[in-house]
Amino acid sequence: MAQTERRDAPELPDFSLLKRLARDQLIFLLEQLPGKKDLFIDADLMSPLDRIANVTILKQHEVDKLYKVELKPIVSSSDQLCFLIRPRIQTVKWISEVVNSDKAAGRFRRYKIIFTPQKFYACETVLEEQGVYGDVTTDEWNFYILPLDDDILSLELPEFFRDNFLEGDQRWVTTGGSALNLLQSVYGSFSKIYGIGRCAKMVYESWRELMEEGEQRTRQPEFAKVFLIDRDVDFVTPLCSQVVYEGLVDDIFRIKCGSVEFGPDVTSSDKSIKVMLNSQDKVFNEIRNEHFSNVFGFLSQKAKNLQTAYDKRRGMDIQQMKAFVADELKGLKQEHRLLSLHIGASESMMKKKTKQDFQELLKTEHSLLEGFEIRECITCIEEHINRQVSMIESLRLLCLLSITENGLLSKDYRSLKAQFLQSYGIEHLLTFANLKQLGLLEEQQAGETLTVMESKVGKLVNDKTAGKLTDAFSSLAKKSNFRALSKKLTLVPKSGEEYDLRVPRDMAYIFSGAYIPLSCKLIEQVLERDGWTGLEEVSRMLNGQEFAVTGGSNSSEARTKTDAQRIVLVMFLGGCTFSEISALRFLGKERGCRFIVLTTAITNSARLLEALLDNHP
Amino acid sequence: MQLCADRSAADLKQCMPDICALSKSGIGNSVMRKETTVTGKCTETKENDYGDGDRVEIVERWIRKIELYEMGWNLKDGLRECLVAAAPYGGPIALLKGRIRRSPSARPQLEIYSSSGLPLASFPWKSGVVKQLGWTVTDDLLCVQEDGTVLVYDLFGGFKRHFSMGNEVSQSQVLDTKIFHSPYGTGVAILTGALRFTLATNIDDIKLRRLPEVPGLQGAPSCWAVLTQDRQCKVLVANESQLFILDNTACTPVTPPGLSPEASSIVQMCVSFSYKYLALITDSGHVWMGTSNLKEKLSEVDTKIKTPPKQMAWCRRPKSQQPSAVVMWDGLLLVVGESKETIKYHLDDESILVPELDGVRIISGTHHELLQEVPGACEEIFKIASMAPGALLLEAHKEYEKESQKADEYLREIKEQSLLSEAVRQCVEAAGHEHEPETQKTLLRAASFGKCFLSNFPPEQFVSMCRDLRVLNAVRDYTVGIPLTHTQFKQMTLQVLIDRLVYRKLYPLAIEVQQKEESDEVIAKAVSVKLADAAGISYSEIATKAYESGRTELAIKLLEFEPRSGEQVPLLLKMKKSPLALSKAIESGDTDLVYTVVMYLKNELNRGDFFMMLRNQPVALSLYRQFCKHQEQDTLKDLFNQDDDHEELGNFYVKASYKEKRLEARIALLQSAVDEYYKAKNEFSAKATEDEMRLLRFQRKLEEEKGEPLVGFPLHETMTMLLSVGLHKHAEQLYKDFRVPDKRFWWLKLKALAEKEDWEELEKFAKSKKSPIGYLPFVEVCIKHHNKYEAKKYVSKVTPEQKVKAHLAVGDVEGAAEAAIERRSESEISTVLSRCSSTTDHLLVERLNRAKATAAKK
Repeated sequence: MAQTERRDAPELPDFSLLKRLARDQLIFLLEQLPGKKDLFIDADLMSPLDRIANVTILKQHEVDKLYKVELKPIVSSSDQLCFLIRPRIQTVKWISEVVNSDKAAGRFRRYKIIFTPQKFYACETVLEEQGVYGDVTTDEWNFYILPLDDDILSLELPEFFRDNFLEGDQRWVTTGGSALNLLQSVYGSFSKIYGIGRCAKMVYESWRELMEEGEQRTRQPEFAKVFLIDRDVDFVTPLCSQVVYEGLVDDIFRIKCGSVEFGPDVTSSDKSIKVMLNSQDKVFNEIRNEHFSNVFGFLSQKAKNLQTAYDKRRGMDIQQMKAFVADELKGLKQEHRLLSLHIGASESMMKKKTKQDFQELLKTEHSLLEGFEIRECITCIEEHINRQVSMIESLRLLCLLSITENGLLSKDYRSLKAQFLQSYGIEHLLTFANLKQLGLLEEQQAGETLTVMESKVGKLVNDKTAGKLTDAFSSLAKKSNFRALSKKLTLVPKSGEEYDLRVPRDMAYIFSGAYIPLSCKLIEQVLERDGWTGLEEVSRMLNGQEFAVTGGSNSSEARTKTDAQRIVLVMFLGGCTFSEISALRFLGKERGCRFIVLTTAITNSARLLEALLDNHP
Repeated sequence: MQLCADRSAADLKQCMPDICALSKSGIGNSVMRKETTVTGKCTETKENDYGDGDRVEIVERWIRKIELYEMGWNLKDGLRECLVAAAPYGGPIALLKGRIRRSPSARPQLEIYSSSGLPLASFPWKSGVVKQLGWTVTDDLLCVQEDGTVLVYDLFGGFKRHFSMGNEVSQSQVLDTKIFHSPYGTGVAILTGALRFTLATNIDDIKLRRLPEVPGLQGAPSCWAVLTQDRQCKVLVANESQLFILDNTACTPVTPPGLSPEASSIVQMCVSFSYKYLALITDSGHVWMGTSNLKEKLSEVDTKIKTPPKQMAWCRRPKSQQPSAVVMWDGLLLVVGESKETIKYHLDDESILVPELDGVRIISGTHHELLQEVPGACEEIFKIASMAPGALLLEAHKEYEKESQKADEYLREIKEQSLLSEAVRQCVEAAGHEHEPETQKTLLRAASFGKCFLSNFPPEQFVSMCRDLRVLNAVRDYTVGIPLTHTQFKQMTLQVLIDRLVYRKLYPLAIEVQQKEESDEVIAKAVSVKLADAAGISYSEIATKAYESGRTELAIKLLEFEPRSGEQVPLLLKMKKSPLALSKAIESGDTDLVYTVVMYLKNELNRGDFFMMLRNQPVALSLYRQFCKHQEQDTLKDLFNQDDDHEELGNFYVKASYKEKRLEARIALLQSAVDEYYKAKNEFSAKATEDEMRLLRFQRKLEEEKGEPLVGFPLHETMTMLLSVGLHKHAEQLYKDFRVPDKRFWWLKLKALAEKEDWEELEKFAKSKKSPIGYLPFVEVCIKHHNKYEAKKYVSKVTPEQKVKAHLAVGDVEGAAEAAIERRSESEISTVLSRCSSTTDHLLVERLNRAKATAAKK
């Protein structure tokens, strides 16, 4: 049933401070352009901005009108224009056009661009090339981290994933470093840093450089351990269907910046309602980490309790009634409202997810994870494509198949791709090129034979040489090694065993007991071993790039504050899913520690794959 | 390099940059240092003929006083009541203020300044009573305490270490101390309260030596000095009129030859910088000068002043024939030499004398001056009505500048005596001894002018003098405050000067000064070794200086030591070392920096070179591609072309095609893509693209014929659309032409017909041949469109395995039950049972339960 916090769980640091810092800086920047001004905001910055400074605050600092950046000619009568944008070439180009068309019309205005979280040289180049460098002033709003919840911090940079992993553009690495530096300067230094992945390493380096440049703070740390992990270390987990409540809500309704919009089918009215989903919502807080199959039972119990609470009214005298109305009614009503919303959402999800299609999909997924009945899975995927069930879902299954099987057989690879193109069009040739580049969807190389050879040779020579061989082989063919990893880390529990989802026994519960997320398992193992010792083979299969560093100057001091030692910051570079967060919360409860997730963005299978489509204009 | 007279103009030009640079490096030399070359008061002075107004009169005699700095410090009481120590070679000055305690809580303040009086350190003195301050040869400050402990501080007041001068000293306390320099290092000599001398010749390797007792010494000796002789440090002690030399083993009485007998006591003595000469002054006011081995007397002068002087120092340049010493009393400075006459200077302020190799520096609360014998060359040139070749050459050049023919006359005069090379040498040498850059330049220009008329004159002297002067002017600058003379500089060597600059954390200057012909590697290494321990050093800043001094290669070498590769990039770009800048930027991991370099290179290089460079740098390349995707699509194409990346080119054309609205252009682009894919041996993509072209043509044709908007839709969509408008034949054609899998086509047609609710056609379709997807989908699709009647038509065709499902789908529980019982499948029976409701015939339920039981038994 609903998991309750352990009583000895360490207190989490107060992250609202980060919001205050960001707000103060923004206000300062706005005041740099005194007088009335119109503010243009990048569409994807609107929600995060709203969490930092609402319209009232903006108006207080002489923001006259607010516009969304739409890359179209503007209609504004203000003499001062302020642009609050992400450092993207396209947006800057648009601003240049705005300035140039004003110039052509003989109109004089003042322009200010506030880049957040930082300025990129590329953007300034565009200003220069467009001949408006002298006409605009630029600033940086170092709004690196948005606290989404008590234990979720987000950089709100979904493009991090594509830019870094697909385009090879490492500009955001310094952003990651700055975010860590910010946390450290506000919450104290870290005593131990672990990580895996190329980007993780670079972020660590960038942060270390910042740390060396800046002054050392010697305050007591509020969390002592940090784990950095690249998204491409584990692609399997985000490609799985989410079945824990919060993840499922994200998959179906898409949680945006910590809030979700429930449509009429949920609210059972003709209106949509926007709801904040975080620990403040008592109902949600109790079901967010639950397997979906438990949620209904919980909600109905909750509804009964609520009824009982309401029923107390009967037989009350006036005085009692007065107290009831004053003290409890509001809370009950609030709870009532939330409860009905979540029941509505659950119903709506039930309708979608208990359909046969979904059940079959899950079955296919679990077969892929276990490596059984692959042929049937392929047929199933083929049918999925042929029937045009869902483009993204088809891609998801294709990728899952490829990763778990270390690539597709040539015949399957071609035929599945051809089918997909017939269903969804030629432009997906580019999508396939991208997926291949990331190792998400590949043709099996002669690599398979290599693996056989490898294991044979491995038996003949000692471990060290075998390791070198593996390195050599993996450089020949980029392999996911999922099967071997799964075996080594026992990610897939033995099939046939009954798994009681109401009493989870390990992190596998978030995938109905079928699979323990690789990312979370790695974190668990490394923390347990306080490093990578004993995990050499695992890290080799993950293409190495692992590290464990003792950081900070005052690790001895940190040891005295035991609470801090039990708080672990996990940074996902390229996004993390709600399922992973749930798994970490579970792990925290098991181990008496707490995890704080710092992610470049919240992701799921759809977001991940959509980022790799090539229909970006 | 051979210089000929007829190449004079070119030669002149060649020299010019060197000369011009002199004043450039000597920034601020006019701000705080005004040079006044003043003659001694007793000598006659005259305006120099060659002087042009602001150039000062020149001495006729042998002493000149140059003001080095107006002191930058602000001392309320001047040097009164201060313990002062100034290091030689223009070194730092230490002051201990407030030694006399006015209140028990007041602490003395120790302050360290540069020679120009700029503060380097200041801190309250918290240790014991200091008897003496002094500097080591490496610019460390020694503070000798009453108890014989010596505390060592660095130039910036940082405590380094301390050492003791031994038990005997600490027991009997320190009476007097002298800190001296010898070839062995810096030494400390102590006179204890027990009237014994203890000596350490090298404080870095302390070996204490207690010198023998001085016979008959009752109280403090009237004066004493340390000198090195025969590789030994000795102490010279005066007890009234008696003089003793103390060495390790013995105390030997000595007598200065020819010392006036009137004296009853030697009150002050000093040893020259080289330890070769000794000067004494007696209570009768006689100054005796001679060799320090007391074998020879050089001169004796009666000053007629009977009060003991405060300080005495030698003022003599090396190789000079004339002895001269400076004696200082309150308010008076006297220079004594060979002649009976003395030169008197009036002193306004409490001052100290700092003996140097070639003169004496006089430091007061407000000024810093250099008193020295006028160097020979300067005297020759600037002497009134001098006919020395240098003087004539200077005049000739002056006339030449005025474009006067007199120039020729002067030149002829020199050449006739074959003294031109001498004249050039004189001018160069004199320039070295001048402190004012303008004068230096005038002299060097004259030398350079003279050089043009000499065919075989070796240029080294001139070149190295230009270089030396640049260094000297730079370090003499007020902000640096090292007032070295050329002679001192040569003695000290460049290496030591650089050490000192580094020690003072004047790194960029150290590099600038680094002008020797050493390999860049060696210099860079030397700099890094010296800075190894210093944290937070910006090597890029040092390298910038090196670059500005024209040492590009050195700058690059220095940058190697910069730990933050990001810091290296801007300078590398400035130096036009773009490939290196690019790799450094990539190394830094700061993509934005990489971008900076890429954009810079894009504008700097021609396209081919630029692409070539990117080719070897994947990070930079992918960044630039990103940029091109947004800004320059065509460049992107060129980039792939250059790399023969046909795969990417193919992708590029595909992408371009679906942005293209006109069909012909679109097909053309796809054709290009096909060509590229074939080149890339990517048959799959090529075929897929060809299919797309075929599809487009087909769609257009049909669109023209039938007026259905089809162009641009995927194959699947196109077929669906065709079916939905009843163009079955055309759909079939696509099905065949594109080898659409049967299953897909059946699914597709099934859905399309059901969508259209064309049940008749659906039935025909179902009967056309055996369905590859079975008939359950038929049942389900019909149900989805709420047509139970049609659905039932297909139930019978469903395979036995799917029968139960099919029956249930049409709501026929009985049928499902029959099928399930027939198949004896427990799970299927259960499924049917779960669909039974209270309205279901209970007989049927019973049958089911029985069948279930039997099935379970099996």
